Amino acid sequence: MKSEYNIAITGVGGQGILSLAKLIGNAALKEGKNVFMSEIHGLAQRGGAVTSELRIGDVHSPLIEGGEADVIVALEPVEAIRILNKASSKTYFLVNIKPIIPFTVSLGFSKYPDMDSILNILNGFGKSTIAFDAVELAEQAGSAISLNVVMLGALSTVSCIPVSENSILSAMELTFSKETFEVNKRAFDLGKSKALKLTNK
Amino acid sequence: MNVKKILEAGEEEKLFLLGNEAAVRGALESGVSVVSTYPGTPSSEIGNVFSKIAKHAGVYFEFSTNEKVAVEVAASAAASNLRSFVFMKHVGLNVAADSFMSTAYLGVNAGMVLLTADDPSMYSSQNEQDNRIYARLAGVPLLEPANPQEVKDFMKEAYGISEALHLPILFRTTTRVSHMRGVVEAGKIVPPKEKGFFNKAPSKYVPVPQNSRRMHKELIEKLEKAEEMANESILNKVFNFGNELAIITSGGAFNYVMDVVNEKKLPVKVLKLGFSYPFPEKLVKDFIKDSGKVFIVEEVEPVMEKEVLALIGREKLPNRVFGKLDGSISRIYEYTPDIVKESILKTLDKKSEKASLSESDLSLPSRPPVLCPGCPHRATYFAVKKAIKELGIDEKDVVFPSDIGCYTLGVQPPYETADFLLSMGASIGAGTGFAHSTTQKVIAFIGDSTFFHAGLPPLVNAVHNKANMIIVVLDNRTTAMTGRQPSPSEPINGMGEVAPEISIADVVKGIGVEFVKTVDPYNLKSTEEAFKEALQRKGLSVIIAKHPCALITDGEKRKRNFWVTFKVNQEKCTRCKVCITDLACPSFFVAEDESVHIDPLICDGCGVCTQVCPEHAIEVRK
Repeated sequence: MKSEYNIAITGVGGQGILSLAKLIGNAALKEGKNVFMSEIHGLAQRGGAVTSELRIGDVHSPLIEGGEADVIVALEPVEAIRILNKASSKTYFLVNIKPIIPFTVSLGFSKYPDMDSILNILNGFGKSTIAFDAVELAEQAGSAISLNVVMLGALSTVSCIPVSENSILSAMELTFSKETFEVNKRAFDLGKSKALKLTNK
Repeated sequence: MNVKKILEAGEEEKLFLLGNEAAVRGALESGVSVVSTYPGTPSSEIGNVFSKIAKHAGVYFEFSTNEKVAVEVAASAAASNLRSFVFMKHVGLNVAADSFMSTAYLGVNAGMVLLTADDPSMYSSQNEQDNRIYARLAGVPLLEPANPQEVKDFMKEAYGISEALHLPILFRTTTRVSHMRGVVEAGKIVPPKEKGFFNKAPSKYVPVPQNSRRMHKELIEKLEKAEEMANESILNKVFNFGNELAIITSGGAFNYVMDVVNEKKLPVKVLKLGFSYPFPEKLVKDFIKDSGKVFIVEEVEPVMEKEVLALIGREKLPNRVFGKLDGSISRIYEYTPDIVKESILKTLDKKSEKASLSESDLSLPSRPPVLCPGCPHRATYFAVKKAIKELGIDEKDVVFPSDIGCYTLGVQPPYETADFLLSMGASIGAGTGFAHSTTQKVIAFIGDSTFFHAGLPPLVNAVHNKANMIIVVLDNRTTAMTGRQPSPSEPINGMGEVAPEISIADVVKGIGVEFVKTVDPYNLKSTEEAFKEALQRKGLSVIIAKHPCALITDGEKRKRNFWVTFKVNQEKCTRCKVCITDLACPSFFVAEDESVHIDPLICDGCGVCTQVCPEHAIEVRK
C-alpha cells in the first residue's frame, strides 16, 4: 500500500480551486498528517486553466508524478481531460459537467468538444467517474460560488480518502463565516448525497 | 485562515502556510523591524500579508516604488542597527542590482535578508534567470530552502549568519517553494525594535575609490569565513543510503530527489545544500569521496555543477559528474517528479520506468489567461484601434511598445497592441527608440504602478530628446496583476494609512509634456477622440486612461449587493459579432445556432459593449 495519497484539483481560475484544496489540506493538518499543496498565482490565473495538487503522507514534493493521482477533481469537464497524464486505471474522477467555454472558442480559434466524448473518455479510463452538474446543486444550496464545496462533498465519499468528514467540516467552520458556512454545509451535503446516489451507496 | 493568524499563532501551533506566508512568520520570529518590497509574482503574497499585519506587529512596511528603492530602504535600516527584510521576484533584482552590489561592500550592522523568488518555467515572468548567480556576482551568502517550514526556519538562521558576517543574505526561493503550501510549526515571535541609530562612519558606508578598494578586500575575507560556516552549517544535510551515486541538490529540486530515493529505496546518498554559497568545498569533497558518480540536481542553471567540476579539476579527483552540462538532466525549465526520477534511474543505469502516460486524442480548446470582464484596458485597446482605423492609418505603420502588467495580455488577438516588450518601464524608452529609428507612429502602453516604478526617467528622456510618440498611461488605480497592491497614484500606502496621492497628470505636465489628456476608457467616444487628436499632431502626447481595475469595482458592487448585467436582444441582433471579434469580452458566447449571448455569471456590467454594438441590441438584463 502506498504511504501517500494524491489529489489533483483542476478547473478555471476563479472557480475556487485553491480554496477547495486548502480545505482538504487544513482537514489533513487537523488530523496531524503531513500535507503539501501546490498553487498557481499571478498571470497564470486570469481565467486560465488552473490545477492545484495536494499530497498527503510521507512525501517531500508538492507535485504529483505522472499517473499517480488517486483522485482527480475537475470543476470544469474539459480540464479533467487536460490533466489525464496524472491519472491511471486506479484514479477516481469527480467531474462537474457544467462547462465554461473558453473565449478562444467564441473567437473561432478552437472548438469545445461535446460532453459525450468527454464522458466517454473518462468513463473508460479510471477506476470510477462521478459526473454531475455541480453548479445546479450549488445554486440549490444558495450560491453558485459554492460549486467547489459541492465537489468537496462528493470527494468525501471516495473510499480511502485520508481525511474524515468531521475534519473537513471543522476546516470549513474555521474558513467560513457563520452565514456562508450554512450555505456551504448545504452545498457539501448536496454533493455528498449526489455522489452516493450515483455510486449506488 | 485569516492572515492575522500568521502573526497571532502561538509557539508550537501548526499552520498550513504558503512558502511566502512562512517567510513572513520567519521575519516576525527574527525581530525584523523594517520591511520593503515591490510586488512581483511569485513573491507577492509576502507583501500582501505584511500590509495587513505590519501595523499590529509594530513593523515598518512599505510598497516601495521599485525594487532598487526597496533595497536602499532595507540597507539603511540594517546600517541603523535594525533587522530588515526586502523581497522581490527574480527580475526585480536586476532593477535593484546597482544598490545590491554596493550593499555587499558596505556590509550591515543588524541582519538584512533579500529574498528573491525565481520563476523556473516562467509561470508569470519574461525569463527564468537563476539568481543564485547574483550571490556570486555580489559576493553575498546564499540560502535555499525547500519547503514552507524551511523557509521559516532558514529566515531565522539567515539573520544569524548575516550578523556574524556583517553581510546581507540572498535568500532564494522558486515558484514551487513560494507557492507551495505545507505544515509549519510556529516558533516564538521576537518583538521588533522601534527605532535604530545610525553611527556615522564614512570609511565604512561611503564606497569612494579609496574606501571601496579596501572594502573589496574585506568582502573576500568575509567570504572565506562564510565558506567555513557553510562547511559546518546545519542547513547542509547528508542523507546516506549507499555509495552508488552521490547526489548534490538544493531548494525545490531536493523534494523530487528525496521522493524518488525513498520510493525506489535507491543505494545513493544525498547532499542537500541549504547554505549553498560560498560553495562548501570541504563538505562536498568529503561527501563525494566514496562515490565514483556525482549527480547535480538543481534548478535552473548549472551553477553548483560548475563548482563541483572546478573542485574536481583543481583537486584532480576521480569522480565523474552528471548534470545539465552533459545532458543527463534538462538544461531549462523547472523540474518535475517525472524528470528527476527518469534522470536518476538513467544515471544509475536502471531501466526507465517511464510509463506511456495517458493522453487523449480529443482536441481540447486552449484556455489562455485573458483580460477580465469589465477590464478598462479592453476599452482603451478597442478605442485606440478604432481611432487608427478611422484615420485610415495602416496598423503596420503603428508600433505598440508595451510594458509589464495585465495589459501585456493585449498581445493576444484581436487587440494585438503589444509589439515589443523588454522589462518594467521599457515601453517609453523603447518607444523613444522607435520614434527616432523609424517613420512609424509609436503608441506606448504603461500601467500606473509601472509608470512610477521605472517610467519617469525614460519620460524625462523622451521629452528632452523630442520623441514623436504617444504614451498611454493605463491608470487602473492599482498594481493589478500581482494582486492589487496600492500604487503611488492612490491615497493609501502599504501600512494601510492615508497617503499623498501622486497625480500622474501633474507629474507629466511638470516634466514638460504639453499635450496631456485624461480620459475614462469606459467612455469609448471621448477616448477615441483623444487618440485621434494625438495621432494627428507631432511631438510627445500623453493620454491617461483612468478607470479603476474591474476587480476593485466588482468588490464594491458585491459589497453594495448591486450588480447590473446585460443581455443581447435577439430581435435586434444581426449577428455581426463585433462584440466578439473586436471587443472580445469573455462574457460573450456564440450558441450552436450562431446566436450571440452574454453569460450573466461572467458579465461585469461595465456596459462598454452597449457602445460597440451597431444595432443597439445590448440591453440591461431585468
